[in-house]
Amino acid sequence: MNESTLSTPRRGVPLWAQIIIWVSLLALLGIVAVELNRSQQGQVGRGDKISNFTMPLFSGYELNGQNQFNLADYHGKVVMVNFWASWCKPCEQEAADLEQAWQFYRSDGRVVFVGVDYVDTEPKARAYLAKFSITFPNGPDLGTRVSQLFRIKGVPETYFIDPQGILQYAQIGPFSSVDDIKSIINPLLK
Amino acid sequence: MEDAMSKMQNSKTQGRKTQNAIALPILLALTCGLVLASQPYQKVFAQQPVPTPSDDQVNQIAHQLYCPVCEDTPLDVCPTEACRQWRDLIRQQLSQGWTEQQIKQYFVQQYGVRVLDEPPQTGLNWLIYILPPVIILAGAFILFRALRMWTKPGSASAASGSKDETVKDEYVARFEEELKKRK
Repeated sequence: MNESTLSTPRRGVPLWAQIIIWVSLLALLGIVAVELNRSQQGQVGRGDKISNFTMPLFSGYELNGQNQFNLADYHGKVVMVNFWASWCKPCEQEAADLEQAWQFYRSDGRVVFVGVDYVDTEPKARAYLAKFSITFPNGPDLGTRVSQLFRIKGVPETYFIDPQGILQYAQIGPFSSVDDIKSIINPLLK
Repeated sequence: MEDAMSKMQNSKTQGRKTQNAIALPILLALTCGLVLASQPYQKVFAQQPVPTPSDDQVNQIAHQLYCPVCEDTPLDVCPTEACRQWRDLIRQQLSQGWTEQQIKQYFVQQYGVRVLDEPPQTGLNWLIYILPPVIILAGAFILFRALRMWTKPGSASAASGSKDETVKDEYVARFEEELKKRK
């Protein structure tokens, strides 16, 4: 009788199904963890190595005759990356100061400015650039790839990359004067 | 008389020549006219301005897009300046004859796939479409099996009954053994 009790077939989920369920669950948890980690990372910070990126430039706003900006091409120079948009009112506060700073450094050749037009329409962006007589290289952030690389939270935001490609300063919000900008760039040139 | 006859003959010949000289160009002109008339002529209409797309037409597309600046707010109801510019752009593109698909493609190219309300069915995005039905089906299967086990007559009592019987058997065996000893 005891034997018959022991030999009763065990009903339940088969082992292979259990393995599949657990592996799938772990994979899903892994994906969620990676995505959560990415979203919680915050902006790039001082000392972070900035990965290379390329972006197209608006015609009339090319750099050295090239209609594509490639960060790696400017290794050895100070690179200022400014995120802006035509619909952004605080961006207007710093637009003239940025252009003035560019005029100050452009002949030096050791500093490169690049404007990244974030989530904008080209006609409005061009009108904005014309309104503030901006001449430094500017281009659209196609597919928001550059802003995702810097993990920006809004505009304006400005990032200063030293000649070794390391981020040295991040300005969140507009600059208050040209001197503000110079005070960040000058130490990086020494 | 002969002179008169020859003069008449000459004047008749001259008249025929004159008739021929007039008839030939007329005939040619008529032929040309007929040829031209037989050609299909192109109708020219007064150019009508392309009608400005209505708000509903714009919003129909805008409803399927999300601006990265204002997360979780569809473009058609988003009050920000950035979204207003996007709606203007959609209106402009519609008035230029762009299709809904072309407009959406343009926005994806410019601002990335995250502007779409429904992620494209590629790469890891498939999980979004596959996982929910799979989980629901698996859950329903497990629930069905569990309910069947619980409601199966005597399944629970059979299991506990066999255990009782085992216990009872042991007890009876010991009891009988004790009785034998006393005898």
